[in-house]
Amino acid sequence: MNVMIDTGNYVAAKAAVMAKPDVVAAYPITPQTTLVEGIARYVATGEFKGEYICVESEHSAMCACIGASAAGSRTFTATSSHGLLLMHEMLHWAALARLPVVMCNINRVIGPGWNIWSDQNDSISQRDTGWIQFYCSSNQEIFDTVLQSFKLGEHKKVGLPVMINYDAFILSHTSMPVYVPEQRDVDDFLPSFKPLWKLDVDNPITFGNIIGPAYYEKVRRAMQDAQENAKTFITEIAKEWKNKFGRYHGDFVERYKCEGAEYILMSMGAIGAESKVAIDNLRAEGLKIGLARVRTFRPFPAEEMLKLGKQADLIVIDRNISIGSEGALFNETKAALYNKSDAKVYGFIAGLGGKDVTYQDIEKICKKVINGKAKDFEWYGFEGD
Amino acid sequence: MVKQKILNGTVLRGIKNMTIKDLPDIECVIPGSAACPGCPATIGLRVVFKALGKNTIMVVPACCTAVIESLYPNTSFDIPVMNIAFEGAAAGASGVEAALRKQGKTDTTVVAWAGDGGTYDIGIQALSGALERQTNFIYICYNNQIYSNTGIQRSGATPYAAWTTTTVKGKTEFRKEMGDIIMAHHIPYSAQACISYPEDLYNKVKKAKSIKGSKYIEILAPCPPGWRFSMDKTVEMGKLAVETGAWALYECENDVVTFNGKSKLILEKKIEPKPIEEWIKQQGRFRHLFKPERDEKRIKEIQEHTNQVWERYRKCYLGKQ
Amino acid sequence: MKKYDVVTSISYPKKGAMGKTGSWRVFKPKLDKNKCVKCLQCWVFCPEGVITKNKDGTVSIDFDYCKGCGVCANVCKVKAIVMEREAEDK
Repeated sequence: MNVMIDTGNYVAAKAAVMAKPDVVAAYPITPQTTLVEGIARYVATGEFKGEYICVESEHSAMCACIGASAAGSRTFTATSSHGLLLMHEMLHWAALARLPVVMCNINRVIGPGWNIWSDQNDSISQRDTGWIQFYCSSNQEIFDTVLQSFKLGEHKKVGLPVMINYDAFILSHTSMPVYVPEQRDVDDFLPSFKPLWKLDVDNPITFGNIIGPAYYEKVRRAMQDAQENAKTFITEIAKEWKNKFGRYHGDFVERYKCEGAEYILMSMGAIGAESKVAIDNLRAEGLKIGLARVRTFRPFPAEEMLKLGKQADLIVIDRNISIGSEGALFNETKAALYNKSDAKVYGFIAGLGGKDVTYQDIEKICKKVINGKAKDFEWYGFEGD
Repeated sequence: MVKQKILNGTVLRGIKNMTIKDLPDIECVIPGSAACPGCPATIGLRVVFKALGKNTIMVVPACCTAVIESLYPNTSFDIPVMNIAFEGAAAGASGVEAALRKQGKTDTTVVAWAGDGGTYDIGIQALSGALERQTNFIYICYNNQIYSNTGIQRSGATPYAAWTTTTVKGKTEFRKEMGDIIMAHHIPYSAQACISYPEDLYNKVKKAKSIKGSKYIEILAPCPPGWRFSMDKTVEMGKLAVETGAWALYECENDVVTFNGKSKLILEKKIEPKPIEEWIKQQGRFRHLFKPERDEKRIKEIQEHTNQVWERYRKCYLGKQ
Repeated sequence: MKKYDVVTSISYPKKGAMGKTGSWRVFKPKLDKNKCVKCLQCWVFCPEGVITKNKDGTVSIDFDYCKGCGVCANVCKVKAIVMEREAEDK
């Protein structure tokens, strides 16, 4: 086992290269740039032996990944914010085509005005596309999750593309120590790609021609079933990784100090990591509060939410907002609990636009709930402490 | 006289002075498709597949061909086809080609087959990117000068004064010179062809297949419902387009331009092109230039523009072949 | 032909994918073999590919799928093909 001390982006690049994709097609956008540059370095050293296509836009990046995956190759790409939005059409396409493209998305604020810091509106607005979505809170988790994602997406009972999200700069450009396994152990964990279908001159099919309503409904149902299946394999693969490499970041959620908790805090990404510090402090004050950091957002782990709701009231911090409604994690958690739980769920919007969310902010949020002063749903910092 | 270049037993180039009888029998377009009767796209595709053979993978964006393929779970094509979104034909093809190259399948031809909409307009970015990256594929644009599949709206390829549903009184701009744009990418081979000249088209596709790098072929495809002529006249409209100079047949190989057939004779002034009126008066899309009364101004503008285009061709390419 | 298990929009080649498109016809090509000079113009230009070559160099038309467009009659150099209105009850 080797250790690399590097930023989230370079660590993701290393993981991607170790997965040995045949084709990487990507377009640079801050703050994803160092990820694709990282892969370019491996092209120069020869460690990356696949094809590296410098496409001319993110939409073309996903088109190229779709073409390559359809032709039977393992593919990888990365983007952020506006790049993710530009390829939105093709995200739907990849998922409907059941192509297991793996992509890192560095969560970055959407403009205008231009803002390169972290929030999750970019990936949250892709939650309907059919992609499996993970949210990482450390560079080690990024590394491990990238490799797990290839295995998950390519599983014959899944066959869906996977998006690994992590915060702009807080993770993408911050160095942390990361354990890197030996290539042969990675090869052992991740065998070569066996596509569910492919473009093959010996078996000439047409992919994607006109499809009538009844047939299309079946395609959608099959995608839904695939995400349901994914739930099983997310747990299995996380366990396998733990047994093989000794590291575990949770499967759907990562529980932290939840034993005997009356309140459980939920969040995704860097806020999820920062929350651990807040929980430590609150626990030290004698408050019975724990953390369930949400790692898997799609498929939405409804069963997991029910388990949390059985135990405690929930406090959800969303670094995203669906304008005209609420934060996504808050909204979907309530939906999972509806009619099945009498747990109270409190929602907070925090960190939009990349506004810093410190452990002190998180403690304030939790105390407001515990002291009975919180509304059901509020924007942190907008409605008084 | 038959002139063939043979390397390792493979016929690389087309056949000089070939006739229709020399065209192979292979068919990859299966009868009973959703194509309109008289459709130029299937005429073109039949010839293209004769030149390419079955070791071909085709990428098709939104266009008439995406419909011609017919309805799931059936297809009217006998080679692998990947449909992709409107803008992305060339990018999708780049991905397919990279995957095949990594798999060592470099003998499989990757073709992008797109309409003028997916080439001149919404698809031009992806096309330009793929050519700049020297993607090893053949990009074929079958040009019916409209967004045909969505119901005959204007495109960047629509000629001046033509009726479309979005240019009801006739388009006010001249069409893009896509050939020039492609030549500016300095790819090893580009060409203009027409479905009415199958031997010429066959030879061009065969030549493209033998060259490594990016190749572009644009095929004029007269569309009966789009241009408003009776469905039996598809081939005739293509011939008139070339004979009047509305469309030029040429090739550009390593930046050297050669005109072909009638277009060569017109370029060299060995024959006079027929008046453009002979072509436009046969098409309902230009009917408003004749009825209820003759629009002499616009007819003259079309003829003058055509003349200017050929003068420019002569300035650039005559005597340099 | 290998069929894939995954349920997505994958289609397999079929003759008459849109059914017997001969039913689209209003006019039907009538070929006079005595006039035919075996130039194969009709064969190459048929948009549907329903004109096939016979061993003796003449051609045959598959009326199950011929859409009656008339291109063959239009390109025939010797007018060996004529388009005739087909009877309503075919």
